[in-house]
This record gives sequence, C-alpha cells and structure tokens, in this order.
Amino acid sequence: MHFVSRVRQRLDDPELQRNLKRTRGRNAASRAAAVAAFPDFDAVRARATEIRASVLRDLDVWLERFEQKAIERGATVLWARDGDHACDLIIDIARRHGVRTVVKSKSMVSEEAGLNAALEAAGIRPVETDLGEYILQINDNEPPSHIIMPVIHKSKEQVSELFARVHGTAPKTDIEELTHEARAVLRPEFLGADMGLSGGNFLVAETGSVAIVTNEGNGRLCTTLPRVHVALTGIEKVIPTLEDLATLLRILPRSATGQAITNYVSMLTGPKQAGDADGPEHMYFVLVDGGRADLLGSEFEAMLRCIRCGACMNHCPVYQTIGGHSYGWVYPGPMGSVLTPLYQGLDKAMDLPHAATLCNQCGVVCPVSIPLPELMRTLREKQVERGLRPWSERIATKLWAWVAARPTLYALGTRVAVRYLRWLADGRDRIQVMGVAPGWTAQRDFPAPAAKTFRELYAERRRGGGQ
Amino acid sequence: MSVRDDILGRLRRQLGRTDSTTLAARERVEATLALRQTGPRAAADALLDRFIERARAMISSVDRCATEAEVPAHCADWLRGHGLPTTVVVVPALAALDWAGAGLEARVGAATGDDLVGVTGCFRAIAETGTLMLCSGPQSPAVNSLLPETHIAVVPRQHIVADMEAAWAEARRELSAWPRAVNFVSGPSRTADIEQTIVLGAHGPYRVHLLIVG
Repeated sequence: MHFVSRVRQRLDDPELQRNLKRTRGRNAASRAAAVAAFPDFDAVRARATEIRASVLRDLDVWLERFEQKAIERGATVLWARDGDHACDLIIDIARRHGVRTVVKSKSMVSEEAGLNAALEAAGIRPVETDLGEYILQINDNEPPSHIIMPVIHKSKEQVSELFARVHGTAPKTDIEELTHEARAVLRPEFLGADMGLSGGNFLVAETGSVAIVTNEGNGRLCTTLPRVHVALTGIEKVIPTLEDLATLLRILPRSATGQAITNYVSMLTGPKQAGDADGPEHMYFVLVDGGRADLLGSEFEAMLRCIRCGACMNHCPVYQTIGGHSYGWVYPGPMGSVLTPLYQGLDKAMDLPHAATLCNQCGVVCPVSIPLPELMRTLREKQVERGLRPWSERIATKLWAWVAARPTLYALGTRVAVRYLRWLADGRDRIQVMGVAPGWTAQRDFPAPAAKTFRELYAERRRGGGQ
Repeated sequence: MSVRDDILGRLRRQLGRTDSTTLAARERVEATLALRQTGPRAAADALLDRFIERARAMISSVDRCATEAEVPAHCADWLRGHGLPTTVVVVPALAALDWAGAGLEARVGAATGDDLVGVTGCFRAIAETGTLMLCSGPQSPAVNSLLPETHIAVVPRQHIVADMEAAWAEARRELSAWPRAVNFVSGPSRTADIEQTIVLGAHGPYRVHLLIVG
C-alpha cells in the first residue's frame, strides 16, 4: 500500500487516533524532566556523540577486536550479509542444538530480518517475551509501531479483548492484571525454552560482551535460562570500553523514557563457565550488515551512530499523528524516514524523506546528535539526482529554473502571481481556497502576499531618490 | 570469500583503507583501550545517602543493620512484616550466616522457578542510580535475583561506590576471571507497555529489598 493511503487510513481511524492522543507528548515530557534533573546532559551528549563517531572511523578494526575478545571467551561470532542470511544462520544454530522453542527478548534487527516467520517456516517456535512484542505476536504477528514501545498504538481494552480470546480467560481491564496474566503465560516458556534470542544495545570491544537494557527482566531470563543464547545485532553497535558503556547508559534511558537508568542492564560475556550454576552452554553472536557497511564513509554515516532510543519519534509531530505503522517498514519516525530508504532502497520509500516538516525537534533531542532533518533533505536531493521524482514535479522544477534564469520573465511572472493571489484573498490576509492548487488549502489557509513584489518595491525606492 | 571477510573488506573500502591507515587505526584502537577515557561524571560525595535516595526512587525498599550477623533476623522480620513466605533460597556466598536461627527455612544454591524469595549479596552498589551490581559466578548465581518474586540483597556499606565507572574499576582490580553475567539491578522488574502505565513485576521480582550492612 502507498504511504499516502496508509496515512489516510490511520488518520480516519478514530480508535487509533484516540490511542495515539492518550500518550502523545508523554515521553517528551518525561525526557524533558530527566534532562532538567541532570545538569551534565549536554556534556554527556557531546561525549556520547564522540564515542559513537570515533568507533565508526575505525569500525573495521573495532569489529575485529570485539570478535577476538568474544571468541577468547568461548562465544561463536557469525556474520550475516543481510536479514535473510541472519535467519539462515540462526535456524542452523537451532538445528545443531535440537532447539524447538526460542524465547525472544526485543530485537529490532530480528524485525528487520523477519526472523519469526523464518523460524516458524523451519518448524521452530518463536515466543516473544517483551510484553508489547508478545501482544503483537499473539495478534497475528502484527508489526510494532514504536521501537521501544511496540504497542503504543493500542488501548488496554484492545489488549483485554485479545488476551480473553487467545488465553481463554475472563476479560480484564486492569492493566496490572493484564500484565500479570502475560507473566503467568510466559513464565513456563522461559523455563522450558531451548534457546534465547536477544538483541544487543551495545557490543563492548574491551571485553567481547553484549550489553542489553530492559525494564521487564525478560532479557535476563532469555539470556540466562536456555541452553543456547544468540545475540542478534547490527555491525554498527560496537563501543570501545566499559567507561564508554557507562557514558552511553547515562543518555540512552533518559532519552528513551526519561529514566535515569533502566531496571536491568545486563553485560553478557561468553557461555557458562566452570562452576557456574546458571547461564547458557553456548553463546553466539550474529552480526548483521544489511546495508550498514554501505553507509560508512557516506554522507549518511551519522545515521550509524543511532542508539535506538526513540526520542526522535517521541518528539515528531508527524509520527505522533500518523502512528508508526504508516511508515511501512520496521523503523518509524524520523530515524525510520532515513533508514528505510537507505536499507530498503531509495525508490521503495519515496514519501518517507518528505514525511517531515523539518522542524528539527528530532535533531535537537537526538542523544548522539544525528542531523536527521539534514539527512532527510539529502535523501530528497538523491531522489531528484536519480530522476525518481514524478514527471509533473520534474517538469515544474525545470520550468521554474528556466524562468528564474530570465530576470524579466521572472519579474513579470511574480507580478502576475502576486496579483492573482491578492485577488484570491479578496481583501483578507488569508487565502482559503487556492484556485490553481486547491489541495494546498484543503487543511489550512495560505497567507496572502504583500501588495507588491520585493523587486517592485526596490525599483520604486530607487526611483523615489532614496526617500 | 567468507561473509565475514566480505563485510570487513567492504568496511575497509568505504573507509578508504591502505596498509598505513590500517596500521594507524590499530594504534588508535589500542590507545583508546589503554586510555579508558571517562565521560562527564557527577560529584561523588555523600555516597550512602545518595544511594538510599536513588534506590528508593527506583522503588527498592531500603533498611539498615549494624553487622552481617544481624542479616538473617532482619530478613525474617521484613518478610514476616510484609506477609511474605519465610522459605528462602540463599546464594552460596551467604551460606555461613545463621538463617535457621532466625526462623527462616533456607536452601543454599541456585534459585529455580519455584523459589519465592531469593537472597543475594552484591559485588558493588552504585550511588548515582541506586543500582546493585551483581556478578554471576559459582558463589552468586544470576537466577537468584531474577526468578523469585521477592529479591533481598545484602549491601555491605563499604561496597557503595559513586558510579558505574568506579564499579568497573573495582571489578577489573578484584575479579580474577571476568564474570559471565554482570547484572545491574535498579528496583523491581517493571513494564509500561500498555498505555504507558507502570506495572511492577513484569517478568522478574515484584519487590526488591536492600539491606545495608554497616
């Protein structure tokens, strides 16, 4: 479905609009409070940006270093060309260890790869254990609409109806009861699963570890109880040292939910060791390229700094109105509008770089200073350079360029246009229906122009002899 | 060519690597690892007060006692006071304490899905965020702070450090082998996935009680 049709559908959905409105602005307010209570925020943000940028400058060597350390600790490091390849690798691991059930903690790379569908096709049962992701999975594998709050588009009534239907329990509208019902359903899954799959917020090169932040504790359960742990993440997630982890952890939860720290931060290094009472017998890393390598050294490199906090979407007026599903792929909001065309193809997401007012709220709040509006503008330029814009727009810009290069014609054109617009305004300062382009004024007024063009005024002043 | 070499090769091409810039990059990486530069950190005073205040903000409950010998009795009182079970699973590191003498039915070892109360120590506690730093190992299984509905952690006062950087520094100094899991725990498990309403006890403990000793 086309972006515009998806948006139209979401805007016309009163239930979705009610749900979006319920939480609109709440994350932004929480973040603002957390930043206000933390005087060093700007300095930490600058340092976090520097850490992420410095890793990208030497990403090849940092990855080698991480791999070496992880192997020393007994983990297996696998490399995946793209999402499909990652799925193949994970299915291979599962088969090698006789895995029937995989408990999953949240991983956006798993969403990129479509891992659940691939596992099911291979006869392996995936169980999402993050509450939001679980709700989506039992709702016929609905995609998430936010990278850290996957069911932000749903009401408790919708969850209640779903739980009653799927669990065969009495409907509940109390959020605490719903949460504890999911806990009771998922607890045996953790205890019985053969494999745990996690994402990775950071890969620490110094120790060869993966760091995972969660609030629910499902990340800990997935990486502690099953015999096999697979950490699936992108190749850009490396950071150098434990000190860098400390710095980034000051900024990630604050930017995401306004928390000073998440309830759990787990640093996992290799499989179970001699004498350990718990932990997986086998640990694997699956490091996915999936378009990331091509961004390195390009004008889009800054995007690889992203730590997936979601602040950009929490502050985006467009995202908060149209919801995450409108964006059509895994990543919504401003970061998605940049990543989707880069990972899926410029021609596959023509509208996304335009689905922004370029108000720069996202750029202001990004904890690693990614200039998101600038990147969206560059993507727009790429569309023009590659001749991907529609013919009407291409002709219109060519025509404008031709006229603009001819001053007399341009002056005449603007004089006619100004008078036409003044006539439309009919003495008011707003135009309610734009004659030649009524779509422009379907949802808003257009300001009426001044009576004369700048060039006319300039010429009059010159004639008036410097009055 | 393996996928690994293909990906690393493309990264090198994108970075325009030559032999000499690769060498320089390796030196930069080694220098960064040796330097361990810290970012901006908050002031490190009044550690105990700060720890207690931050831990309570993260919805841990906090209590104090003078000596380690008093720990079992404090645990028993707290559990009874909250109407919680007095059957507990204790990490091997705390096996020497007299749990039975305090009226607790204690099992020493790793927690299972059936244990309702888990008692652990902690490697360090972090004042900046009111956080426990738990290192897994034979003496301190990770499951004991995870599977039971109630988690009691014994926090020796001298284990409270300013921030995560200080905790890492002590881990590097004190631990002969790096633990499989280092878990930072700040209060009970929680979720806000449904309508951004916070609910405690999502998958891990419903309550975390910190007993500061000393």
